[in-house]
Amino acid sequence: MKIEDLVQALQLEVKCGKDYLNREVTGGYTGDLLSDVMGNAREGYIWITRQVHQNIVAVASLKELAGIILINSCQPAPDTLEKAEAEKIPVMVSGLPAFEISGQIYNLLTLAG
Amino acid sequence: MRKELSDACQKLKIPVGEPNQNLYNGSFTIEGGNFNCAGIVSTSIKSILQKLGIPGDLVRKAAIVSYEAEINVVSYAKKAVVNLMVVPGSVNIEVIDEGPGIPNIELAMQEGWSTADQRIREMGFGAGMGLCNIKNYSDEFHISSEIGKGTHLKMIIQTP
Ligand SMILES: Nc1ncnc2c1ncn2[C@@H]1O[C@H](COP(=O)(O)OP(=O)(O)O)[C@@H](O)[C@H]1O
Ligand SMILES: [Mg+2]
Repeated sequence: MKIEDLVQALQLEVKCGKDYLNREVTGGYTGDLLSDVMGNAREGYIWITRQVHQNIVAVASLKELAGIILINSCQPAPDTLEKAEAEKIPVMVSGLPAFEISGQIYNLLTLAG
Repeated sequence: MRKELSDACQKLKIPVGEPNQNLYNGSFTIEGGNFNCAGIVSTSIKSILQKLGIPGDLVRKAAIVSYEAEINVVSYAKKAVVNLMVVPGSVNIEVIDEGPGIPNIELAMQEGWSTADQRIREMGFGAGMGLCNIKNYSDEFHISSEIGKGTHLKMIIQTP
């Protein structure tokens, strides 16, 4: 499953990184603690979080995550978007809370196999 | 430069020595307190290791340990020097900071233990997992600290 499939299925608002939506999503990780994501997410995962500051971009980039989904319509800080574009990290926004968006993504990923 | 050297050596019939065993040797500085630049040194280290052809999973390990060390300098110390040395068989990362030091290293190593303030926690740092990540993702980890002076980390990641 690609990021663009998630965008379509979950009506995500793409904030930046439009050129990288064909990236494959290998799994997902939900969390707001950066060290938790650093330690436990895997490359190719989509990251679901409510953190909006630019440090999330460094984490996503260093871990080679597929992209970041912000929950509850949280808006990314302007320098987050600037940095994410430079680091080729798609940032998307969902109106749903973490539990719901994670559940939906889990279903999509496991059904897609 | 090496080519010129080897041409010159050939003319003079001097045998060319083995290439330097250091694949990379360089230093970076981290400024404490500046969260806007946090991650820059780890990002540089990652890209250097990628260019050297270090396998992806080992590059990611190095990225994790250097990022956590970098964030700790930004969070707690005044400044630091980071030395990256890559030799055949290992990536060596050393972070030497000037700062308050760690009074009880055993406690600091415990998962969940943190002295991070509210501002740091609001950004999602301060989970008390940084040093654990460093330990778990490096093949060798040394930490020493002197109160009022600073902290010294050494991480080694073995390469094929
Ligand atoms: N370079 C450092 N200088 C001073 N204190 C440090 C340093 N690194 C870590 N510490 C102390 O060790 C604690 C645990 O660090 P860590 O495991 O990275 O978790 P966290 O940074 O989330 O608190 C910190 O809260 C801090 O008190
Ligand atoms: Mg830390």
